Amino acid sequence: MSSRGHRVGVVTFPGSLDDRDALRAVGFLGGEGVPLWHADPDLHGVDAVILPGGFSYGDYLRTGAIARFAAVMDPIREFAQAGGPVLGICNGFQILCEAGLLPGALIRNRSLRFVCRRVHVRVETSLSAITAGLVAGEVLEVPVKHGEGQFVASPDDLARIEGEGLVLFRYCATDGEVDDGYNPNGSTHAIAGLRNERGNVAGLMPHPEHAVDPDTGPVGGQPLLTSLLEQALVRA
Amino acid sequence: MKYHFEVVVRLKGGLLDPQGKAIEDSLPHMGWTSVSNIRVGKHIELDVEAESEDEAQADVDEIAAQLLSNPVIEEVEVQAASAKGWTRYQAEATS
Repeated sequence: MSSRGHRVGVVTFPGSLDDRDALRAVGFLGGEGVPLWHADPDLHGVDAVILPGGFSYGDYLRTGAIARFAAVMDPIREFAQAGGPVLGICNGFQILCEAGLLPGALIRNRSLRFVCRRVHVRVETSLSAITAGLVAGEVLEVPVKHGEGQFVASPDDLARIEGEGLVLFRYCATDGEVDDGYNPNGSTHAIAGLRNERGNVAGLMPHPEHAVDPDTGPVGGQPLLTSLLEQALVRA
Repeated sequence: MKYHFEVVVRLKGGLLDPQGKAIEDSLPHMGWTSVSNIRVGKHIELDVEAESEDEAQADVDEIAAQLLSNPVIEEVEVQAASAKGWTRYQAEATS
């Protein structure tokens, strides 16, 4: 077993797809991935939690709507409220929004099409569990693959999100320019990821866990998951 | 007593309705050019066992707000079957 710290739980819901990739990515970067089950009543003492991508509960009703009420979400909510690092990727981001742990919601892409390609995102703040090692303005290459990634929020929420600097990433060009042409899903203000006020809860549509190994593509996910591992270590 | 309810969930106005747009885009191919503003919602029916219709209605209101709809993007409307003049389920419940 590895030393205390760096233990990152990855939740498997019925219909999760990227749980294995997330566990592998954590291990690849030197952490210990701990599989968590949707029915688990506790988090097995992990120091960080990842809600992975996929189609939990078949996306029935709305993406993330049913997963939000899974048993494991009670300890995750407590963990988040206690300051524990929680990362939601793609479907995990949708679940965090449904659970009210992040503001806004994700609806069908503007194009009506499923989008599967590499994108670039611009880091907007270093004040979060997954961007602590980065500087605002840095550009990362990561893949997206989703049908429902268009971020929307009420005008009040949007004002708060922008006013309090809760935007973590915006879709952009390779040089960091934000323009509608680089927005793969029509997200409001090109928002690709968000944090909560405290910064310990983060969610994004792109997949950092698919972008850690140079043998299989871009490595834009490395600094994000490395940051998460470091935050986990701080807690341990 | 068993009470029957109908829950209608609609996307809020102003939000893109992809299903509505897809349907709208297909209509000109069929020769219809006079149709616009198609919005697609969800229609959910359910039965609730309760002492009274008011009690059942309160349960459904809570379920509708917490699970069946997301207030960020949707509006939800709950209607008791009795208010719509439906009798089939009431007959079942009393038989």
